[in-house]
Amino acid sequence: MVSKAVETPNAGFDFSNYARNEFFGQRLQGIPKATSTGTTIVGVIFGGGDSGEEPGVCLGADTRATGGPIVADKNCEKIHYLTPQIRCCGAGTAADTEFVTNLISSNLELHALSQGRPARVVTAMTMLKQYLFRYQGHVGAHLVLGGVDVTGPQLFTVHAHGSTDKLPYVTMGSGSLAAMAVFESSFKENMKREEAIALVSRAIRSGIFNDLGSGSNVDVAVITKNGTENLRNYEMPNERGLKSRNYKFRRGTTAWTKESIRSLIVSEEIKSTSGAGKDQGGVEVVPVPTGAGAGGEEGMEIDS
Amino acid sequence: MENNGGSVVAMIGKDCVAIASDLRLGNQAVGIASNFDKVFPVNDKLYYGLPGLATDVYTLKEHLRFRVNMYRMKEEREITPKTFTHLVSSTLYEKRFGPFFIEPVVAGLPTPTELDPHPKPFISTMDTIGCVTTPKDFAVAGTAADKLYGVAEGLWEPDLEPEDLFETVSQTLLNAVDRDALSGWGAVVHIITHDKVITRTLRARMD
Repeated sequence: MVSKAVETPNAGFDFSNYARNEFFGQRLQGIPKATSTGTTIVGVIFGGGDSGEEPGVCLGADTRATGGPIVADKNCEKIHYLTPQIRCCGAGTAADTEFVTNLISSNLELHALSQGRPARVVTAMTMLKQYLFRYQGHVGAHLVLGGVDVTGPQLFTVHAHGSTDKLPYVTMGSGSLAAMAVFESSFKENMKREEAIALVSRAIRSGIFNDLGSGSNVDVAVITKNGTENLRNYEMPNERGLKSRNYKFRRGTTAWTKESIRSLIVSEEIKSTSGAGKDQGGVEVVPVPTGAGAGGEEGMEIDS
Repeated sequence: MENNGGSVVAMIGKDCVAIASDLRLGNQAVGIASNFDKVFPVNDKLYYGLPGLATDVYTLKEHLRFRVNMYRMKEEREITPKTFTHLVSSTLYEKRFGPFFIEPVVAGLPTPTELDPHPKPFISTMDTIGCVTTPKDFAVAGTAADKLYGVAEGLWEPDLEPEDLFETVSQTLLNAVDRDALSGWGAVVHIITHDKVITRTLRARMD
């Protein structure tokens, strides 16, 4: 088969550059750092009991992505979609959290389709931990997994090596200590929904302001059996002020030596020289005869 | 990265995008060539830049050319900037444990469709293993990335007309690159608008 020889549908990772890169790593001062989400991500279970509130899960995340000491993205999304009723916050290597989450999301959809019912949160958790354990921590995804299924609200943490925890309130990432300090002092069981959102955003704020790896805005997601509410940029405590002056350059400031313009407008010019549409000497113009054929003078009767 | 040097910057304007790169190819501190273009066209209104290890620039460029041609034949339409970004991203992530030393920058104007008659200008960047960021202002990559971040953050403003965007992106690149020993030796800027693509080679410091 030709297509197989040309474009192999590879599954899994390709290690073909590995040996070369090891050599490069020794020759140069290390290999370039990947974007990481030095992060604060949290989750709490709320409602139920005598709160009179629908039991649910509230997840929170900051929105800073870093590459070494540089802020690579000031407003990234760390609450990833898994299924309509399950979300997953990611910390660690940004590419890994993104791709692992997408992969498991696809597999959960296929699982739900084959089983004819929505996937449970434990299923998502098991798929994630088995995948991550297989890569022995090299796929650097540290996750907070939350959702609501037939068994009620569920909250887990999944570490890159494949270990998991099941707790009523969790934090992860570089800002986990700052956030956990808030939870340890203020967490209550059977909180109201509004209390839970306030607690989560306070925990994220504590990460944003006390942890260098976390920053910018607060993202919140609230999941109950009625659905998921995505509160993107729920709080924006670090908005950039307006520039007092604009730094527009006068046109012609930059000197350039060569210019080429590629026009994307398709145009054509028509110049008639002879033949149709042009009078020609010595030719008698005979009008085309109109007959009374089908559709002629009397016309055809259609659906009358 | 530090082996060959080089930097790319992309910016969003009003119904236009700009992508610019330096032209240096070096071997560590030794300059080798001043005509090493790092920005390539995908189609009329979509360009991308590949700063990083020169050998990977060529490998990835040819690989992407093949993948885009296959896409074009199978789909019988041009690839959109967003789809192209995901194509590059998964190409890079496939090599998660032996990455290409490239940080791509994509800049394009999506063609209006029935579903989206007024698409916004699009830029994106990735790290070496394909983690995508899609900024609303500017994207930088390469050995002068740190400096470009600083300059662009100060100079960029929203809704610049093509000619104003040219000045802003050019000054951003030129001034950032002058503080980077591994980038420079000339620069080239592409301004993509709906009816034309302007490519200009800048007069730059050659030291």
